[in-house]
Amino acid sequence: MNISRRHMLVLLPAAAVAWESVLAGTPENSPNYNMSEHWWGMLIQIPKCIGCGNCVRACATENDVPDGFFRTWVERYHVTDYNLTEPEVISPNGGKDGFPIVQEDAGKYFYVPKMCNACADSPCTQVCPVGATFVSPDGAVLVDQSYCLGCAYCVQACPYGCRYIHPQKHVADKCTLCYHRITKGLTTACVENCPTGARQLVNLKDPKDPIHAFLKTHTVQVLKPQMATNSKAFYYGLDGSVR
Amino acid sequence: MNIFKDSGHLFKFAACFVIGFLIYLGLRGFVVPKTFGQYGHYRGSALKDIAAKPIKYAGHQVCEDCHTDQATAKSAGKHVTVNCEACHGALAAHANDPTSVIPVKPDPLVLCARCHTATAAKPKDFPQVNIDEHSGGAPCTMCHTNPHSPAMGAAPAAGGAK
Repeated sequence: MNISRRHMLVLLPAAAVAWESVLAGTPENSPNYNMSEHWWGMLIQIPKCIGCGNCVRACATENDVPDGFFRTWVERYHVTDYNLTEPEVISPNGGKDGFPIVQEDAGKYFYVPKMCNACADSPCTQVCPVGATFVSPDGAVLVDQSYCLGCAYCVQACPYGCRYIHPQKHVADKCTLCYHRITKGLTTACVENCPTGARQLVNLKDPKDPIHAFLKTHTVQVLKPQMATNSKAFYYGLDGSVR
Repeated sequence: MNIFKDSGHLFKFAACFVIGFLIYLGLRGFVVPKTFGQYGHYRGSALKDIAAKPIKYAGHQVCEDCHTDQATAKSAGKHVTVNCEACHGALAAHANDPTSVIPVKPDPLVLCARCHTATAAKPKDFPQVNIDEHSGGAPCTMCHTNPHSPAMGAAPAAGGAK
């Protein structure tokens, strides 16, 4: 076969493009899980939280969260003298071991479970210089730990303090919304283990999900709405003092 | 005047450019992961990697498939919202291999106290007691005989199923 220089000039780029598409392959579909049918979020009902710390322990067990780091944690707020700007907030060991007993009943107390807010417009993913963190097509904010450099831009970009650098892996780590569970038809570890139903995993794309009725009839709030993160962690009964 | 007189130089330059571009394409195909850009500016196969992590909490549906007595007792009582592993711990290993992985029975004085210890910081409508005053150190299950349905006078826990 006689290939002229002119033919070669056309053939080589064509071969390169073809080789790229061969490398890319066809995407494999997870069995029984269709990403396009889900848009995950979380409903957290403050009046139901009793501060038992079950969610924190369950999350640590399920996800091998190292000691002293938290993918979810519980804060106890104490608002005295109607002073919403200076609440007293404690979270001993993230609430993992429960909270100290309070005898006197001055002011008001309440517990606020915190976790990744599953932002649709997440500030943390926008700052990643290497494309290692992203909002998945089904609405979970995830970290590709084999791609992460550990630069911690995302850690400081998250307005909710939900990320940390894993002390052994030296890469960014965070709540995955138990992506390995929700793609298997299970709920998250924190929701599974919440004894009062204060947490509820919601699929905003499912018209039969009770979240739609709840959002219509209840006043809900997201944390730091001024950050325009389009958070999907909806808080019911959230006090104005919560930051 | 022939403006294409020295066009040979341009062809050499263009050839260098094309070769450079091909080297770039080759390197790019080698360096960039296959699925990068499949869904967005990230490795598409990372989703599969993250989803492949094994679970540790089996989920209450799996428990209830075998432990039907407890599930029935629980559904009738106040602990209906409490899922099995919230008290019994992560037991996917037990669900996968029920004979060799045997769960440890939780200690009522530790377990019940986690939620029901009285503190002014808890929601007022949540049932809570000062354990020392309430039971004097006796295990909760002495009176609340069935923790799956903890009301007094409920049918005692079925002891058989382990």
